[in-house]
Amino acid sequence: MGPSFPPPAAKPNSRHTVALVGPPNAGKTTLFNRLTGLRQKVANFPGVTVEQHTGRAKISAQRDVFLIDLPGIYSLKPCSEDERVTHDVVMGTMPGTSKPDAVLLILDATNLTRHLTLAVPILSLNLPTLVILNMADDLRSRGGEVDPAALAAQLGAPVALISASTGEGVEKIFQFLEGTAAADHRRSEPLLQLPVLQTVPRCRQWAMQAGRGSSYQAPAHSAWTRRLDAVFLHPVAGPLVFLLVVIAVFQTIFTGAKPLMDGVQNLVTSSGALIANVLPESIFRSLLIDGIWKGVGSVIVFLPQILLLFLFIGVLEDSGYLARAALIADRSMRRVGLQGKSFIPLLSAYACAVPAILATRTIENKRDRIATIMIAPFMTCSARLPVYTLLIAAFIEDRPLLGGFLGMRATTMLGLYLLGFLAAFGTARLLKSSVLKSEQTPFLLEMPPYRWPTLRSLGLRLYDRAKVFLHRAGTVILVVAVVLWALGSLPLENGKPPAIENSIVGTIGKTVEPLIAPLGFNWKIGVGLITSIAAREVIVGTLGTLYGMDSNTQSVGLQQALQKDLTPGAAVALLIFFAFAMQCMSTIAVVRRETGGWSWPVAQFAYMTFLAYLGGFIANHVMSGAGPSALALFR
Amino acid sequence: MQLSFKKGRLHAGPKPLPGKLSELREGEAGILDRIELPEAVSQRLMELGFIPGTSVTAAQSAPGGDPRVFRVDGTEIALRRETALHLILKR
Repeated sequence: MGPSFPPPAAKPNSRHTVALVGPPNAGKTTLFNRLTGLRQKVANFPGVTVEQHTGRAKISAQRDVFLIDLPGIYSLKPCSEDERVTHDVVMGTMPGTSKPDAVLLILDATNLTRHLTLAVPILSLNLPTLVILNMADDLRSRGGEVDPAALAAQLGAPVALISASTGEGVEKIFQFLEGTAAADHRRSEPLLQLPVLQTVPRCRQWAMQAGRGSSYQAPAHSAWTRRLDAVFLHPVAGPLVFLLVVIAVFQTIFTGAKPLMDGVQNLVTSSGALIANVLPESIFRSLLIDGIWKGVGSVIVFLPQILLLFLFIGVLEDSGYLARAALIADRSMRRVGLQGKSFIPLLSAYACAVPAILATRTIENKRDRIATIMIAPFMTCSARLPVYTLLIAAFIEDRPLLGGFLGMRATTMLGLYLLGFLAAFGTARLLKSSVLKSEQTPFLLEMPPYRWPTLRSLGLRLYDRAKVFLHRAGTVILVVAVVLWALGSLPLENGKPPAIENSIVGTIGKTVEPLIAPLGFNWKIGVGLITSIAAREVIVGTLGTLYGMDSNTQSVGLQQALQKDLTPGAAVALLIFFAFAMQCMSTIAVVRRETGGWSWPVAQFAYMTFLAYLGGFIANHVMSGAGPSALALFR
Repeated sequence: MQLSFKKGRLHAGPKPLPGKLSELREGEAGILDRIELPEAVSQRLMELGFIPGTSVTAAQSAPGGDPRVFRVDGTEIALRRETALHLILKR
């Protein structure tokens, strides 16, 4: 720690904001989470944070400091939307955010000379600044060194060598925050004057001098990163490993999640039966069992599967493999007119399209960015998983393929993922060769070193995801179940609920039925298509409630009910419909926000629904016309 | 390990020193002389470490040889051939 600050003078009630600034992938968000106790998303690739996030760090019993976590920057000359956010906040021109009172400049100690270049424009702002050298543990283990006190003297600003992931040295940051909150900061005279002309080569020269003056010894290249890249980027082994990983993921999502899902299913069924036995026959019991238990329960069953998917995505993101995947994919991305950088948001769209659309902010070219936003919802998000699993388990017989390595069901799932992928790429090509045609911007991507995903970070991801999933089940899906139950029980006939076909919900379903009959869908599916505009998995809950209320299917599970009620052609049509359709309110909202108007989301919704209808129509007709040979695959 | 379809390789005679970053083969290094690209792009490249006078080493590439990873200043940055073509090396 360099020059120290005097102890805090009493100055209560003043709101101090401190900005976290630094190059991409330097660990700003990891530090932010540690200082504030919040849990913003972190991963091992540049450009994870694309918005500003504010949190409080408690520095003493009475005093809080507001920390602003910002997207990474290389300089104060922004190239993309996310960099502009940082620029505007730091310069004090961001509407609604006051200019920060101090800056935490977070640099990767294993990459110091390059990262110190950013210190020039940041120190020139003349705000109280603590220079944080992060990843101290990495630096040591790879044989690097730095003298923080000497660097502090060079810069004329305090320097702290820390590790945000282990918490080493974080107390020095709290000391600094106490000092700035006291609104009394002094910068000592630096040994090394900042360059007057701030061109990149000059700044770099300055950074090298500062590094030399603080006996900086750059660490050796991570030997593991080289070894792993020799495999993952090998011309033959690389793509092969990628393929094996994908196949293993799909197989595990089916077979690995099955025991857990069966466990949850048993819990739901037995608890429902228990309640049904305890409660007397009443309207209330009908609402609880037929409406809520069958509706919400049928969705909750999929929790283990979704968590397993997120575990895989977490490992990919935290290890640093994602950047390599983007590199391998660049060639195919170029063929459709996009670049490898679009690949990272698209991969995260396998979890959910909403964060993926936010992640497109790292794409410098505006037209490339819109094209990526337009195709992101085609990637198979986790909300499609319950729909796919339910229909596949009900209609596809699980025959072993490839000598038992891959099952028929996992293959069908893989095919649906592939279908979404192809639709995305076809659409990108269409857009990039017409309305969104643009000059190619160069593809520049930093390869982060590989890191072990920590159990803590993976655990937190799963915990957060489970919360989101259960929250949705407890709100949207619950409300839909209750409303459907009510509409399904009215109007009363002779004081009793009518047959479900004659209820209000039946009438609504029957009204849309002619429209969807060409796809082989009945009125219940029609109601499901309407409710699932809120979110895709809502259709599973809806069908759970509707079949649960129907006296013909009340006693059997949802899978058996669907087998009775749908033809295989209609089932395939429904799978394809969900592969293409934009059934998600949150995605529509985020597209409107990010594109700044209604025209793109409306066009996107219309296009995707049209494609879904067309795909479903063709599938239904091919399947019904294909005769027994194709139907032999089905039960 | 790397397949190259460049016509120039069929010519006999001593191998000329690579003149552009894109001509470096895996494991080869060169000193960067200048960047012949628009201001905004060369600014970003310099921020990433591609500063004239710096040594750049070619590392692995995606299958097919493009894009390629370059080691510069302790980090690894991937560039497409179409970009690396405009980074001129000292002879």
